[in-house]
Amino acid sequence: MNLDEHLFRRESGRIVATLTRIFGVHNLTLAEDVTQDAFCRALEVWKFRGVPENPSAWLMATAKNRALDVLRRERTARTFAPELGRLLESEWTLAPAVQEQFEPNAIKDDQLRMMFSCCHPRLAEEAQVALILHILCGFSVDEIASAFVSGHAAIEKRITRAKKVLAGSKRLFDISGSDDFAQRLQAVHRALYLLFNEGYHSASPESAVRAELCREAMRLTNLLLEHPFAATPATHALASLICFDAARLPARVDASGQLSSLFDQDRSRWDSQLVDEGQKHLDLSATGPELTEYHVEAAIAWVHAMAHRTEDTDWARIVSLYDTLMTVRPSPVVALNRAIAIAQRDGPQRGLQEIHAIADHDRLATYPFYHAALGEFEFRSGRHQNAREHFQAALALARNSMERRFLDQRVTACQRGVANDSDRMM
Amino acid sequence: MSEFVFLYRGGESGRSPERAQQMMQKWMAWLKELGANGHIKDQGQPLERTGKLVRGKQKTVTDGPFAESKDVVGGYTLIEARDLAQAVELSKGCPIFEVDGAVEIRPVMKMNM
Repeated sequence: MNLDEHLFRRESGRIVATLTRIFGVHNLTLAEDVTQDAFCRALEVWKFRGVPENPSAWLMATAKNRALDVLRRERTARTFAPELGRLLESEWTLAPAVQEQFEPNAIKDDQLRMMFSCCHPRLAEEAQVALILHILCGFSVDEIASAFVSGHAAIEKRITRAKKVLAGSKRLFDISGSDDFAQRLQAVHRALYLLFNEGYHSASPESAVRAELCREAMRLTNLLLEHPFAATPATHALASLICFDAARLPARVDASGQLSSLFDQDRSRWDSQLVDEGQKHLDLSATGPELTEYHVEAAIAWVHAMAHRTEDTDWARIVSLYDTLMTVRPSPVVALNRAIAIAQRDGPQRGLQEIHAIADHDRLATYPFYHAALGEFEFRSGRHQNAREHFQAALALARNSMERRFLDQRVTACQRGVANDSDRMM
Repeated sequence: MSEFVFLYRGGESGRSPERAQQMMQKWMAWLKELGANGHIKDQGQPLERTGKLVRGKQKTVTDGPFAESKDVVGGYTLIEARDLAQAVELSKGCPIFEVDGAVEIRPVMKMNM
């Protein structure tokens, strides 16, 4: 039978989360070892006897049996999950207690507990994202390093430290509506948002990796939506934003493998099913008094999704949404996007003014698309020489081959422009 | 046609789930190809990496095997090939070499020799 391409990776997150619930968060390493062991067995057995009828169930059953072995062997030497406590001590209650943890709903809740636990306030946002990817999405250190275009050693250090913090917390986060639930949910939203963006804008040259990060962010957001306390309007707003953006993924890279900007994308390649889904979540997000950055960003993405051609875009509406976003979550990148929207509405000269007016635009100095935006507006104003200099600055900062190729073409276009200008002068 | 046993020794299975899955799929593809070309007499079985060792007149029982973990036999396959040289060639497609493992090729003794 055919095996889902990333089955092991996905199952890994479910199994580690469940085993950590049983063993206790302080035994995180043990949970990971037992999970690893289950995969080794699958590899050994399946390669000779073929993939079983229900591979997920096989893996889960193997993990469960291993867990029972460990619990029996080590129950005097170790303490396990305080929540399950005495149930694990007696042979009468051990097997039923473990069985209960392996029921589908329990496995879902375990993943949520793990997700909330990974967003520990003592961890920086990028550490939370790396930890979620590693534990819940089954990505290895190397795979995360390649997705983040970072070194193996740096990511390994980040994950090791983050795991220590996680294992040091007394117990997994309580998802039954504790006092700090709402606050922690915000951190979870942020981490999933960053995870998605990492995939969507990733500097990784491998498009498969990027799509996979986006899919994982969607899967984990859907887990939130299935939980009564976590399915808040803000979660729907995040889901909506993710759907609208993911709908554009197929068009981000054109037929020849070139990066395609929002303005040039073949919009017929947008995924209409995801657009519909995004719209559904946008409606559901509008039910409370809270206005988050996800609400505003989803609304912006919706305006884009509604325009079948770039020139149909309601730029006035987008500018006003960016105005709102600047009050909800101001940042130089948001300000840059606002300036781009203003240029679309009022022309490149106004765009340049807006960029120069960005309060802390020096913080954008290392961001290639800051220079690219300046280049674009100079180009449209007919100042090809200036434009070329900006695109060359952007090119020097490009983070991957796709960005480089994209910017390289803009530099060439400027050179053509400069040549035509001098022809005209002669 | 002669028969040969492939003994798969050692081979780190890899830390990441993704790698483990890729490894398994490579094994399945390799065995499938051998089978399609009529080289498999018996696909064989995986073996647990630990067991017991009984030895000597005293029939002393110890935890086994003795081999270093990099040499432990993790499974076997019964292969049909023209001769030892061909069996060696066939073994070269085994994914175990990617993970520092080895294939030991042992001709099965014939009755009519």
